[in-house]
Amino acid sequence: MNVIVCVKQIPDPATPGALDSATNTLKRDGKLILDDSDAYGVEMALQLVDAAGGGEVSLVSMAPNGETAGMRTALAMGAVKGVLVSDPALQGSDALTTAKILAAAVQKLGGADLIIAATESSDGYTGTVPEQMAEVLGLPSVTFAKKVKIEGGVLKADRQTESGYDEVECPLPALISVTAGVVEPRYPSFKGIMAAKSKPVDTVTAGDLGVSPAGWAGAGQKVTQVAQAEARQAGEVIEDDGETFNKVVAFLENLKVI
Amino acid sequence: MAINNVWVFAQVSNGAPTSGTLELLTKARSLTGNVTAILGGDASAVAGALGEYGATKVYATGDLAGKLPGVAVAAAMKAIVDGGETPDLILFPQNYEGRDVMSRLSVKLDKTVLTNSVDVVADGDAVAATTPIFGGNTLVTTAFTGSAPFLVAFRPKSFAAESAGGAAAQVVAASIPDTGAAGAAKVTAVHVEESTGPKLDEADIVVAGGRGLGESDKFAMVEELAKLLKGAPGASRAIVDAGWVPYSYQVGQTGKVVKPSVYIAAGISGATQHMVGMKGSKNIIAINKDKEAPIFGIADLGIVGDVHKVLPKVIEALKGR
Repeated sequence: MNVIVCVKQIPDPATPGALDSATNTLKRDGKLILDDSDAYGVEMALQLVDAAGGGEVSLVSMAPNGETAGMRTALAMGAVKGVLVSDPALQGSDALTTAKILAAAVQKLGGADLIIAATESSDGYTGTVPEQMAEVLGLPSVTFAKKVKIEGGVLKADRQTESGYDEVECPLPALISVTAGVVEPRYPSFKGIMAAKSKPVDTVTAGDLGVSPAGWAGAGQKVTQVAQAEARQAGEVIEDDGETFNKVVAFLENLKVI
Repeated sequence: MAINNVWVFAQVSNGAPTSGTLELLTKARSLTGNVTAILGGDASAVAGALGEYGATKVYATGDLAGKLPGVAVAAAMKAIVDGGETPDLILFPQNYEGRDVMSRLSVKLDKTVLTNSVDVVADGDAVAATTPIFGGNTLVTTAFTGSAPFLVAFRPKSFAAESAGGAAAQVVAASIPDTGAAGAAKVTAVHVEESTGPKLDEADIVVAGGRGLGESDKFAMVEELAKLLKGAPGASRAIVDAGWVPYSYQVGQTGKVVKPSVYIAAGISGATQHMVGMKGSKNIIAINKDKEAPIFGIADLGIVGDVHKVLPKVIEALKGR
């Protein structure tokens, strides 16, 4: 059983995001790390391959400047190889182009029994790329999977819904997007980190994959305005002295909700 | 090219259009009188309500028979477009089904998508959507540069649903073409998580708990206070991911968007992901140990203190009334 995981390398979410003043797109030129949301997919892939008793986990990623730091984290967890699409011509790509690029990267790896992605990235969160990839690849998909297993070559997943969850069955090959918390991602071991340094990452361009137009040229959208939202003002902040519960009760009373 | 034909991806829950559907229909009819609803299911029971809120026509696929809507409804929509209909703008709710249908359709039509939007404006030939980013501090307006149809997904409660008193929508059957391998996923069982009291996204009062509660059984305090206030309990993503409460409790970017009269945040620091989902609340009370917590920046009343000490006293005081 071979699994390909889509991993995004993003600016550290601990540092405040910023927009590039020239292009009004997210600044992504500093050090990038593995999106936390993707650690769940990597872990899920490793567990499924393990349960299947054989196969391997590969990665696809798209990032500026040949960045592989985030991919190395996933390789340290246990993935064996990856394809990175990095190309200045990709700057400004919209979600649809990104999906086409990642789908082409999946095909470059020869496809897989299962492709796993997060439901959305933590930095841009457009939230459409996995399902768009499935459509580009002509695959069935189960999005928002919160529990996944393979039985007799069939994918069985619990899929999040507004009111609870659905049990869904799907033949392979297929694509799934997994929610955070679906599994507990392992920490890379020291041995894993050392081994990851020499695992192969094939860096290719949009042209190599035959996807065009890409970047600004292919994007069907353009940021036209950036404005500050009306800020909500902070109210009264008080230290608890054991009696502040009275303040809460009085506040609720004042609003006539009690 | 002005906006002359707007489609809305409609959803039905418990025999009625969802609130999100009515919100999008209300917006759609402010753009044009020609509004069409697209429904993955049977429309006979909801054509009246869809029409009342502005749809003149509803394309309905009939029962999906266990097919996931993403592939099936997108294929039906593509077939309608191929049949000669020319929607200028297609509105989706930012939720599971809306995202899936929109994503599949965007590839079929080779059109870009704008998501997480809170408004859309048509000005002559230009169509642009507004999206809050960085926890809602910054509003980005993005214009479509290609040709119609334009696909936009909206966060819940972006528009206020208002009846137009319209006549029932005309129901037109939409067939689902053969979707081949892509349509092979099947729903085999449906599970509804029981909840009592008002729904989280409709409640007038929401009491939400976060990591500051320390351990999962302390969430009982949040539930008790919510019950006393006839409100709904909610949660931060952190404790949903940790498995303390079901996903249906989650408030935030990836969960529910709530705008109650009163939002009480207990042990929630206020990650931007959370604040996006609740900063539209009329009044916010925050209780948190860390006085630097971002939640205090938007709270009307902030208590810097131990949620384990403050909440039980609030509960006790309310019980004594």
